[in-house]
This record gives sequence, structure tokens and C-alpha cells, in this order.
Amino acid sequence: MDRRLLARQLSAIENGEMQVEHVEGDVIAITGPPGVGKSCIVDAILHRLSPNKKIAVLAVDPTSPISGGALLGDRIRLSVLDDKTKSDSIYFRSVATRSSSGSIPSIVRDLASHLLANSFDLVLIETVGAGQSEIRCAAIANRIVVVEGPARGDGIQAEKAGLLELADLIIVNKSDLDGSDRVVNDLTISLGLTADAPPIIKTSVVNGDGLEELAEIFSNLDARNSSKRARFRQQLLMAHESLLTQNPQFEHVLDRMSEEGLALEDALRELSE
Amino acid sequence: MSGRQRIVIAKPGLDGHDRGAKVVARALRDGGHEVIYTGLRRTPQQIVRTIMDEDARFVGLSSLSGAHNHLFPKICELLRESELNDVIVFGGGIIPIEDRQALYASGVRAIFGPGTPSQEILDFVNHASSMDCGVGSGSSWHWGE
Repeated sequence: MDRRLLARQLSAIENGEMQVEHVEGDVIAITGPPGVGKSCIVDAILHRLSPNKKIAVLAVDPTSPISGGALLGDRIRLSVLDDKTKSDSIYFRSVATRSSSGSIPSIVRDLASHLLANSFDLVLIETVGAGQSEIRCAAIANRIVVVEGPARGDGIQAEKAGLLELADLIIVNKSDLDGSDRVVNDLTISLGLTADAPPIIKTSVVNGDGLEELAEIFSNLDARNSSKRARFRQQLLMAHESLLTQNPQFEHVLDRMSEEGLALEDALRELSE
Repeated sequence: MSGRQRIVIAKPGLDGHDRGAKVVARALRDGGHEVIYTGLRRTPQQIVRTIMDEDARFVGLSSLSGAHNHLFPKICELLRESELNDVIVFGGGIIPIEDRQALYASGVRAIFGPGTPSQEILDFVNHASSMDCGVGSGSSWHWGE
């Protein structure tokens, strides 16, 4: 693979200078709250998948709403990139959310399509640290892995509607810390009431607990049927938002709203024209 | 926003001091750029691979261990070998004045020592991004006198 060319094409897509046809393929989102270990889980999985598989990772970090800049720090966790037997079959790219809302910018759908069209077998998307209702990844990925951790609230948190309902696999990471058994228990009880409950697995990237089992489950991960309509709903919402944010006047209209007091209704009208 | 660059901030070699690199990364972020931080103790090969995969236009090398005379030119050389000729290299950390001319000659376009105002680094990025001063451009320009 010509990594340099690929990297430049992805930039062109990100900057709106290159159009991409949508390609169906294997796209898995890894999502969950900030700091639960999403990047380390991605690393642990990549270490255990076959080097014969070409895998791309798109790791999303937030853009500053103030400066427009971003610190993209997911790459630090990826020790698999230092493994010479693996590093040539893995392409890792940091992506900033830019003007998009939610845990994944809509452009990631195009980036993933381009990677699939360039003979990648699997695209992993690591979302921004995401909360209970950040389900935008359903628009892009055909399977969703939710990473959770201990001490993130009581059993009622596990009962709440949202992201957990769309998970095809739930990982409770940091099992070396106290409280992870309780989280697994709460989730098992809560999701046990659904017809096609996702598998729940306990892992620790620190001591290696559960990682082999995780790689096994991950390699044969099925999508659940119940989330189909939700996926289309997210695709529609995302497409609608792209129309707005990819309008060349978007930043200019924002400036006029903040500096000249342009009204919201007028701004919306100008951007929809 | 316009003028946004993708910038890799890297720590080459056996050097555990990352305070400066993190401060610079933060200043560039606050200046509206997308910054990819490599983490500590990277080899020149790993840094060049990161620059290539991330399609970065700039790389900032931080060294406080004294190995800059070996590591900085090595990275410049690997960038040219990888045909990443338009990447603009700058450096910082503890780099003695008498070492700097040789580093400029190897392709480094700016060296920022302790006490540099972060605005100066942003000015350099803005200025250099409009110039043809990549590591393989053949340019002999460097920032400052």
C-alpha cells in the first residue's frame, strides 16, 4: 500500500476536495465514556488479530470549540504500531471532529468508504469519549462496541435508555479495579430483559484479563437486528447535519451570528438555500 | 478556520522530559492547529511513519537529552528518503547555539529554546506554511538570525 498517497487522499476528503462513493464493508465503532480505555482496547484487539488482515483505525478526538485546534492523542496508546510484523498491515489515522457535533464527524463515513475501497478488510472507528445519548456512530458502523468501566454510577445508570441499547458487545474494562464485578452484574440484569442481549465481557488491559476472550468474540461479532431502524435514523440525521456544516458559507454565517447579531432563523435560511 | 495545519510533536530518542513538548502542543492547539503527539522515546523511523500516516505538514522535535545532533538530521534524512519533501521540520529543547547551524543545514527550519514565547512558534508556523521550505525543498532558509 502507498501510505503516503492514502494519507493525502484522506486529507483531501476531510478538506472537501475529493468526493467518495459510498462503499459497504466491515466497519466497527468502539465507543464509551472518556478515559475508560477505548484506545488501549483497540490496541489489545489489534495485537491479537491476524497480520493477514488489513485494518484501518480512524481515531476521533475533539476539536476545540474556541480555537478550532485539536490535540489528537489516541496514537500514544497504540503499541501495536511498533510491532514490525503488524505495523505494515495497520493504518492508523487521527481525526478531529472539526465543526461536526456528536462523537463522530460525518466525514468519517467517507473516510471509511475510501479505506474499504482501498482493500482494507476492516475499519475500526474509535469515537470521542461519548456519553449516554451519543449514538451517532450507528450511522457509520455496522457493529458497535461499547467500553464501560467501574465506578461510573449505580445500577440505575445501567437501566437508562441510549447508547447501551445499540451495543453489539459491551466491554467492562479495568477489571483490576474495584467495582467492575458490580458493573457487569448491573448490566447483565438490565440487558437480560431484552430479547437479543449483547455479550458482556470483563477485561483489564493492565493485567491482560479477558483479552484473549475479547479477541475471540470480536472476530465473530454479529450485529443485532433490533437496532436497524435506529441506524437509519442516525444516517438521516447525520446527512442532514453534513448539508449544513459542509456549506461553504458555514463559518462565515457563524461569524455574522457572533459578531453582527444575525438571527438564528435567518442564518438557517441562508444555509438551507 | 483557515491556515489550520496538521502538526506532529515528537520526542525522539531516550529522553523522558515531555513538559516542553506538551506546552508547545497545547500552544499550537490553542492557535487552531491539529496536533498529533507521539509520546515519549520514539525512534526516527516511528516518527517518520507517524508523519506519513497522519499527513502532517509540520513536525516539531523536542530533545533535552543531548542527542539532537544525531536524531534531528536522521529524521530529516528519512523524511527525504520517504519522499516527504514538503514536510517542515522545527526543533526545540536544550540545543546549544553552536550546534544550530549544522542542524539548519540538515533541513531543520527553526529551533526554539527555553523561554520562547508560544506566539513566536505560531508565527513561525504561519510564516513557513506559505513558503516552499520543506525538508527536501533545497531551501536554506531558517527562522531567526
